[in-house]
Order: sequence, then structure tokens, then C-alpha cells
Amino acid sequence: MKKLESTLPNMVIVLTGIAIIAAALLGVMNEVTKDPIAAIEQQNLENGIKKVILGPDAEGALSVSKIDTINNDKQQFVVYTAEQNGKQLGRAVKTAVQGFSPDLTVLVGFDAEGNILGYEVLKHSETPGLGAQAPEWFKDEANHPKSNVVGKNPGKSNLTVSKDGGEIDAITASTITSRAFLKAINLEYNALFSSNVSTGATSKATPAVPETPVAQENDSTAVAE
Amino acid sequence: MNKFKIILNGLVKENPTFVLLLGMCPTLGTTTSAVNGLGMGLATTFVLICSNVVLSAIKRIVPDMVRIPSFIVVIATFVTVLQMLMQAYLPSLYASLGLFIPLIVVNCIVLGRAEAFAVKNTPLDSMFDGIGMGLGFTFALTLLGACRELLGSGNIFGIDLWSSEYGALAFVLAPGAFIVLGYLIAIVNKIRKA
Amino acid sequence: MNTLTVAPSPHVHGDDSVKRNMYGVVIALLPALAASVWFFGLGALSVVLTSIVSCVLIEFLIQKFILKVPTTVTDGSAAVTGLILAFNLPAGLPLWIVVVGALVAIGIGKMTFGGLGQNIANPAILGRVFLLVSFPAQMTSWPVPSSEVDGATGATPLGLLKESVKSGTPISEIAGLPSTQDLLLGSIGGSLGEISAICLIIGGIFLLCTKVITWHIPVSILATVAVFGGLLYGVDPETYASPLFHILSGGMLLGAFFMATDYVTSPMSHSGMIVYGVGIGLITMLIRTFGAYPEGMSFAILIMNIVTPLINTYCKPKRFGEVVKK
Repeated sequence: MKKLESTLPNMVIVLTGIAIIAAALLGVMNEVTKDPIAAIEQQNLENGIKKVILGPDAEGALSVSKIDTINNDKQQFVVYTAEQNGKQLGRAVKTAVQGFSPDLTVLVGFDAEGNILGYEVLKHSETPGLGAQAPEWFKDEANHPKSNVVGKNPGKSNLTVSKDGGEIDAITASTITSRAFLKAINLEYNALFSSNVSTGATSKATPAVPETPVAQENDSTAVAE
Repeated sequence: MNKFKIILNGLVKENPTFVLLLGMCPTLGTTTSAVNGLGMGLATTFVLICSNVVLSAIKRIVPDMVRIPSFIVVIATFVTVLQMLMQAYLPSLYASLGLFIPLIVVNCIVLGRAEAFAVKNTPLDSMFDGIGMGLGFTFALTLLGACRELLGSGNIFGIDLWSSEYGALAFVLAPGAFIVLGYLIAIVNKIRKA
Repeated sequence: MNTLTVAPSPHVHGDDSVKRNMYGVVIALLPALAASVWFFGLGALSVVLTSIVSCVLIEFLIQKFILKVPTTVTDGSAAVTGLILAFNLPAGLPLWIVVVGALVAIGIGKMTFGGLGQNIANPAILGRVFLLVSFPAQMTSWPVPSSEVDGATGATPLGLLKESVKSGTPISEIAGLPSTQDLLLGSIGGSLGEISAICLIIGGIFLLCTKVITWHIPVSILATVAVFGGLLYGVDPETYASPLFHILSGGMLLGAFFMATDYVTSPMSHSGMIVYGVGIGLITMLIRTFGAYPEGMSFAILIMNIVTPLINTYCKPKRFGEVVKK
């Protein structure tokens, strides 16, 4: 068979043909993989929420539902509730901040008073060995209790790094990541407890629609950035 | 041409990383650990084999002037298929390599082998060339990843050899990639000349 | 190696040699070494000795067994690299990290490129920066000089400045920022050899008087820092430290006199040296005032080392008899 000449009709036909075949193949693949991918993402999120609400080793089913998306100052917060046997255990908030690298995504579980039940770093690209310790560092009560945020309430405690006058010891040599991480927690707390979540307010946080008296008392706690 | 020779050619004589110096972006970017290097190598191998076979098969019906766009469409298709498959069935590997998978499209090895080998040989030979080149690339990336992982964090394939406290972080970061690659190329050249 | 070089007469023999210059540098660094042993104790001495011995030994081993060339360790350049490397490390650094630094400095920084005269970057600084990136925790725990508690660590003046300014404290209110006198004498936290400004100045003057170095590089670095720092200080003295503070603190004097002036990695012509010095001063001040790291001297020297071939291309001395283009 001779090679096709580079005439205009030939070129158009061949390119179109290749593109159609490629598109068809991709369409089929997309159909095949769509469900597993969605399942995995849902699974990851549910596992994360389960961990931040119930603790790392807890067993038991948890029904998770996304209730709201809040947009404050270009910052997006996704809020989930976690229920067990019809009882609400807490809410989890997900947001992404700029760490040492972009997209440090932190999921934090709060109980009704605003105490931190747990956290998970869902996605990050921090420096290995330094900022990459964030997923473990801030809940490692055994090795550095002064860095633990679990059980604390951003409304009552000053959750900023000790260099900035706060209560939390930063990751060694990774102050920037630590600042970003704590900023995410404080922003999430503020988004959850100072704006009207149930109606999904998209404007800037309305000052006091307190969920609890505790949150109201401490509403003035500013993010120390 | 002997099939075995074609494979050996990619693995040793014309190793894409150490000899041809092709595809430096994924080589330097993904090799922070041996597993990542291996994963990236195998992913590229998959694309390389598929694209080599298909491009070799359609070489006569593609007019010369639209050669490159056609090749890119074919390669990009396979990369996207690979990306979807990984996302669905190997989520943990996808989490660490995800960013670099689309970059296989512009990996010089894939287009380079298409131009240098696939369009001049039969689909079967092209497949073996894809296997050889892919394995050579995989070998190089795994070796580089293993060296960096060992020096940078004290383990290989996630197995602790010594405490990560004694690891020099610079090897996990970008400068370490250049340093280790430089020395590996020097050693390979020394062996080849001997 | 030993080919006979014949050049047209007249021949003038100077007593200049690699050996003389290298030992000149060692002598010039002795006061600063004494100051650091005084303030940090024998821990400083053990870091210095480890660094020098491992640098010399590594160079010897590489030349003897890997390159199989005649060894040149007696010219003193490896010892100077070791000494300067040690001067850039905190006094309490674990000794195995010092050895790793020496391995990187001599192995990667110097011998890979072909030994003395071939390296593109200052080996000691390369070793130091490698360690800083690799072991950030250990490399930034600075022992407090002559403190009563053994093993106490504190911040360097520049580190203190950076953190306080970031958190919005005006400079006049920063607690623990050392006085000019402390900076001069050296009772401050910092790398082993950079603490005592006065000893470094004495050493620098010694090098200038014995013509081991010329004035161009140190003066252009310090002048740039003074001008840049002075401008910022003039704009807002509460956010930016005074130029004097910038000159006396951190690795500024050590870098300007002893590290930037390395023959191999600095430009050859005098005009080139000034371009190089201004570059170092500017980059250092940019890192110090706007960057993430509190100190940028070693990064600045490393960057300008790499630019040096380019400077050499553009700053050639004029040929005698060259006609000025109209």
C-alpha cells in the first residue's frame, strides 16, 4: 500500500477519523470508569469524615451528608454532617488554603460546641520531611503534646503558632505550613460558627447567629493572621 | 531484526534516560521514591507500547503533513485512558502520580520512538521497541527513585533501612534529583566505556 | 599535569602561590576561631577539627583511589574549605552531619568538577546550603553563647528580626535583639564563625594588607548592603533594621571577606568583581528583608558564583591600544 499523499481532503479525512475513533474510545472508557472513580472519591471522603468525627480507630457506620457550601472572601468551605443512629455527632468542614505549596486541603470535625474532634489533611503537596508531617503532627499527643489541636476549641484557645503568640508549637522548621494549617482550622471554625450555615449564606459572615452560647462568647476571637 | 535485540537495545544500549536523555521532566519530577519511579515507568511503558503499535499500524494512512497532530491525538487518547484506569483501580498510585500522568503526552520518549522507530518498522517490532524502551525507562526511574529515597529518607520501597532522621532531605527535593541523575549517568557512561 | 609552559620574556617570578594564599586565609580566620571557641566552648573546636580533617581526608581519598591522580591536599585548599564550612555551621551540630557536609563540599562541590580551579561554586557554601536544606532542624538550632544552661538554643539576631517583623512587632520593641557592641564582640547566637564582627574585620584587613584579596568584592558587597539597608531604614526604621545591623549580623562579614572572594568562583577583572559584589549584596538584602529565610548570604554567593562565567564574558579588561569605537 502506498503512503497517502498530503492533499487537503486526505488530511481532513484522516485527522477527523482519528479524532472520532479517539473520542469514541474515551467515551467508552469514561462510562466504564465513572462509577468506580466516584465510589472511591466518596469512600475517601467518608473515611476522612469518619476519622475526624469518631477518631482514628473507631468502628461503626456513620451516615454522612453534604449540607452546605459556604463562600467567604473567595474561600470555599464545604460542610458535612455526620449522624449515627439518627443522632448528629458533629459536623465536618473542608477547605483548602495556601501552604508552602498550594492546595493544602484540611478536613476538620467539630462538635456542637466547636471543639475539634479530629482532622485529616486530605490533600497536600508540602515538602517531604518538613511540612508533609502536618497530617500527623497536630494530633500526636504522645510525642509533642504542645502541638496537639484535637480537643481544643478555636473559639476558646488561641490556635496559632507559638512564634505568633499562640498556643501551638509549629512543625520544626516548617512555620509556613503550620501557619497555613492553623489558619485553615480557624477559618473553618469561623465559617461554621459565625455564619448561617443552614440557609447557606454566601455573603460575608453575618456576625452572630450562634449555634451555641459558647461560640457566642468567644466569637470575637480573631484569626491571628 | 531480532526481537530480543530490540528489547535489549532500549534497556541498555539506547537507554532513554541514561543514554538518550529523553523525558527528563518525569524523570526528575516523579522519582522522590522507588515506588513512584516504578509507577511512572510502568505507566509510560503502557502508553509507549500502545502508541508504538497503533502508530506503526496506521503509518501508511496518515499523510506526512498531519503526522505530528495525528500522533499526539493517539498518544493523548492512551494517556487519558490510562489516567482513568489508574484513578478507578489504583487510587493510591494515582494520588501520588496524578499530576504527572497527563505529562506523558509530551514525554519526548513516546513521540521520539514513534518518529524514530514506529513509522519505519512493523507493528510487532514496534511493540518490542515499546517494551524495551519502556522497561529501560522504568529501570532508570526506579533506580533513581531508590537512590533518592535511600539517601533522602532512609528507606527503599517504603522499607526502613535506617531512621529517616539520618536522611538528607535535599535528595528528596529537586536539587537531589539533578545530583543523583548526574552521578548515575556518569557511572553508566563509565561502565559503557569500560 | 607537569607539562613545561614556555611564555615570552621578560619573566618575573612572584612569591604568590596557592599555598601562600590558602595559609593566609587560615591565619586571617584564626581570630574569629578564637572568638567562637571563647563563646561556644570546645564544641566549636570539635566541629572545626572534624570538618577540616574530613575535607582533607575525603579529597585525599578521592584523588588517590577514584581519580588516581597525584594528590594535592598539601596546597591547603581542602583545609580552607573545611575551615570555612565549619564557620558556617552551628557549634553544637552532630559531628556526622559535619562529615556529610564535608563529603558534599569536597565530593560534589569540588572533585566532581575536576578539583581546585575547576569548581563552578564555592565548595564550602555548597556544603553548607546542602546541609541547610537537608537537615533544617539541626542546622537552625543555634547554641546560645556562654549561657548557663548547657545545650540551650536560641535564635540568631536575624532570625529574631524576621519573626518579630512578620508578627508585626516594631523593631524598637523586640526583646533580646543584641546591641551593636554584642554584634561586634560576638556574644550572639549564630553560626560558629560568623558571630564576632571585630575578629572578622581584623582577619579581612589582614587579607587586604597581605594582598591575598583585593578590596573590590568586599567593599562592593558592604556598600550595596549599606545603601539598600539605608534606603529601607530611611523609609521605615520600625520595620527595617539599620544598615549597620545588617552589616554586622549574620554571615555578612564572613561572606564578604572570606567566601565571596574565593579566586576560583569570583570574576577575574576588577569591574567584574564590582558587578559580582553588588549582585551578592542585593540578593542578600532581598532575601533578608522579603524572603522566607532570615539570612541569605550563602544563597547570594552561590547564585553569583553561577553567574560568574557570564560576568567574565561581559567584563573583560580593555586590551592595551584598543581603539574606542566612535
